[in-house]
Parts: sequence; C-alpha cells; structure tokens
Amino acid sequence: MFDWDWAFTLEILPRLLEATLNTLIAAGAGYVIAVFLGLAFALAQRTPFRALTLGVREAVEFIRSTPLVLQIFFVFFVGPQFGVTLSPWTAGMIAIGLHYSAYLSEVYRGGIESVPKGQWEAAAALSLSTRDTYFRIIIPQALPPSLAGMGNYLVGIFKDTPMLSVIGVAELMHTANAIGSENYRYLEPYTMVGIIFLCISLPAAAMVRSFEAWVRRKLGLS
Amino acid sequence: MEDLSRFPLRLEGPDAPMVRFDHVTKRYGDLVVLEDFCLDVAEGEMVTVIGPSGSGKTTVLRILMLERIQEGVIYVDGAPISHMEKKGRLVPASERYLRRAREPIGMCFQHFNLFPHMTAIQNCMEGPVQVLGLSRQDARERAEELLEMVGMIEKKDEHPSRLSGGQQQRVAIARALAMRPKVMLFDEVTSALDPEVIGEVTEVIRKLVHEHRLTMLMVTHQMGFAADISDRVCFFYGGRIEEQGTPEELFGNPQKERTQQFLSAVKSAG
Ligand SMILES: Nc1ncnc2c1ncn2[C@@H]1O[C@H](COP(=O)(O)OP(=O)(O)O)[C@@H](O)[C@H]1O
Ligand SMILES: [Mg+2]
Repeated sequence: MFDWDWAFTLEILPRLLEATLNTLIAAGAGYVIAVFLGLAFALAQRTPFRALTLGVREAVEFIRSTPLVLQIFFVFFVGPQFGVTLSPWTAGMIAIGLHYSAYLSEVYRGGIESVPKGQWEAAAALSLSTRDTYFRIIIPQALPPSLAGMGNYLVGIFKDTPMLSVIGVAELMHTANAIGSENYRYLEPYTMVGIIFLCISLPAAAMVRSFEAWVRRKLGLS
Repeated sequence: MEDLSRFPLRLEGPDAPMVRFDHVTKRYGDLVVLEDFCLDVAEGEMVTVIGPSGSGKTTVLRILMLERIQEGVIYVDGAPISHMEKKGRLVPASERYLRRAREPIGMCFQHFNLFPHMTAIQNCMEGPVQVLGLSRQDARERAEELLEMVGMIEKKDEHPSRLSGGQQQRVAIARALAMRPKVMLFDEVTSALDPEVIGEVTEVIRKLVHEHRLTMLMVTHQMGFAADISDRVCFFYGGRIEEQGTPEELFGNPQKERTQQFLSAVKSAG
C-alpha cells in the first residue's frame, strides 16, 4: 500500500533540516516581536489616555478576529500600494509578530489583573513611580500566571509558520512543497514535516512547563 | 468649581499640626463617605480611630495616601498634599506633586501587602533605593537596622510566603519606616492575625510610640491597646467624629449615647 522510499527520505532530509532552521528563526523572531509588542499593547490599554486605550483595544480585537493568513497577505501584497515594499521574510515576521502580540497582550492583561489590589496600594504607599510600580512590582508578579499562556502561543506561533509559505518564505512547509513538486512525491516530505513538528513541539511544551516552575521558584512565589 | 481661597497655602507657625483634614469631603460616586471632615493631628501625637464597620475609618487613612478627595484640603507637615500652589492659589495636585507630597507618609495595611517576589530585606530596600535614591549599601544598612528593631533580622532573606502573618506585618512596618516617614498610618494591622501573634505586632508599635517622635494615625479594634498607647481616641460614626478625647475620657466616661453603645457592644463581644 505505502511505497515509502527510504533512500529518497534520506536524500531530502538535509534540505528539510535546513528549512527547519528557517522555521525556528521565523517562529523565534516572530515571538520576540510578539512578546514585546504584546506588552506594549497590554500597557497601552491601561494608560489614562482614553483615545489610546480604546484604539489599542479595538486593534487587538480586530487582529484577533481575522485570520492570520489574511494578515500575512495584507502586509505583503497591500503594503506596496502604500509604498511599503517588504521582503517575504520581513512581511512575514511583521504579520505573525503582530498577530501574536494581540493574543499575548490578552495573556498579559489577565496576568496583570491577577495581581492583588493591595500590591498597587503598597507600591503607592512607598511613593514608587508608575514605571517602577509596573516593572518592579506588578509585572514580576503578573509573569508567572502568564507563562502558561505565553508557552502555548510559543508553540502556536511555531505551528503557524507554514502559513508563511504562502508568500514564499522558505520555511519547512514551503520547502516540502518544493521537494514534492520537483519529484512528484509528497508522502515523504509531508510526513517528515509532521514528524519534525512533533519532535519540536512536544519537548518545547514540556520545557515551557519546567521553565514556568523555575521562574516561580526563582521569584520565591512557590 | 470649589472656592479654595479660604484655605491657606501653607500651615505655618509653632501650632501648625502635622496633619490637617480641612473640611474634607470624600465621595465614591454618589456615596458620601466623609463630609466636611475636620481633624488635626499634632506632631508626635498618636491618634487612634475606632468605630463600627463602614463608618469611614479606613477612608480617612486612604485619602492621605491612596485616594483623591472631592472637597476641602489636606495638609501634611505644613504643605497641602491634596492640592498644590500655582500662581498663589491652590489647584488640585498633579500626579507627580501628589507622589512627592505623600513621601513623608508611611502606611501599613491589614493584609500586610508585602511584595511576594522579594525577600524581607528587599521589601525594605525597594522604596529607599527607587524613590529616595539611596545607594544599595546605605539602603541595606537602614533596612537591617529596622529589621533588627522589629525583631526580624534573622529572617531577612526569607520571602514573605515563608513568614507567619505576625512576621510579615513586622516586616511591613519596617518597610514603611525605611522611608523615614514623619507620619505613620496603621489600618487594622492586627485584624488579620491569629490571636497569639497580635502581641508581637503591638509590641513593635508600642516601641515606636515610646522611642520615636512619629505622628501616628491608627485604626484598630483593640480597645485595650488603643487605651494604652493613644494620646487621643476618635470614635467614628457615619463618616463623622462622633466623640473624641483622651483614652481616659473616651473609654472611662463616654458622653454620647452611640459611643456608649459601641463600647459596651465591643466589650460584650471581646
Ligand atoms: N472603593 C470604594 N468604592 C465604593 N465605596 C467604598 C469604597 N471604599 C469604601 N467604600 C464605602 O465607604 C464607606 C466607609 O468605608 P471604610 O472607610 O472602609 O469603613 P471602615 O474602615 O470604617 O469599616 C463604606 O460604606 C464603604 O462601603
Ligand atoms: Mg476599615
């Protein structure tokens, strides 16, 4: 039934592994953007400036209710009409980073809201500045409850990188497609892609969990 | 717009109180908690606030440290804290002014509110380093001195989660004192504690009263303790001071019926 070709598998493996590296870079870069931009979104929603707060909230809502693939197309194909021409890589990183920053901002928001009111009051009673209150008191406590969500989205962003293939980013899916159409064989490349994703996702999820426990211990919270 | 011209820009002279609530109104939405509230606390004076739940005791402390008022002016150490001077007139304080103006005030809470991700000594160093700009070395020395004073020096490197309630409250007192406040606020600091550890916290406050010339405003349910250490006791009822006097006067010979009722209710409960 299956005519799995081991020789072919071995032959394409180096190319797939190289593409895996690209996938990891794409996921990593997108995630770094999302981690920081997401924090900016979360904090912007807490400023006393109503227009900013509402604007950011609407933007986050908008991003969360439209598909990632549309956002990728938008940045890449519509950008040039506004004079912003980006390489597939750059466009892809921006789109995926922006997309996940909307989700991460919600994770942070939940984390910040989980910090008891008394912590804000204790910070105020010491006359700490708003900045010190956030960065030294609130965020360190908002972090541990956010880590599980952050970890899920790290795995999520990794699994979403194949969508970047639609604009030609040479990540794993794109490479598997190319191999398939060059050789008229899709079984081996696609199966290998699945296995590679599995081999990375599962340990990554476990690592996220132990990292979470480590941070809690480090902060003296458990 | 409220007419603020009848309020002085500063309180000066030998008789100026350390804290003055000058015709203060505090509302939450439509709920008026304090109306036309006046209270002076002299330098070095220990004033205790007692009264039924919901009578506005906590609110009086919170408007000094945490919340804005709707009418009137609050002065601390001669300067207005709710308002600031602009072109010879009082205007509502900016956030920045408010924060500076509140620096001479320290506050301790019912639930301690220690920073859980910091050790005892880190809790005590945070304000001095970040706000007062002390070097870490100076802040550490000051924190150690205070932790010694509250009997917590052995536990200085523990996180709050590993301390008992009484121990956490003592660290919280040290943390507030590390800012070298002129005024200390205590809001039911023993109410969340197990009976057997209340004494270790009241001992610390007693020590403060006897050894330091701090101005203190304390809300408590412990009548015996209040009678022992207060210069003056205020009985709150419905957002007003119903009756005030020395502990002897207020506990020994209360004049108002509500005071008598409250004190006898407390006595039969405790
Ligand atoms: N943040 C708030 N929002 C609305 N009402 C409040 C708030 N804080 C206190 N109150 C109300 O103000 C009144 C006085 O409260 P409080 O000063 O805490 O009383 P006490 O400390 O004497 O028990 C109560 O009726 C309480 O419900
Ligand atoms: Mg209260």
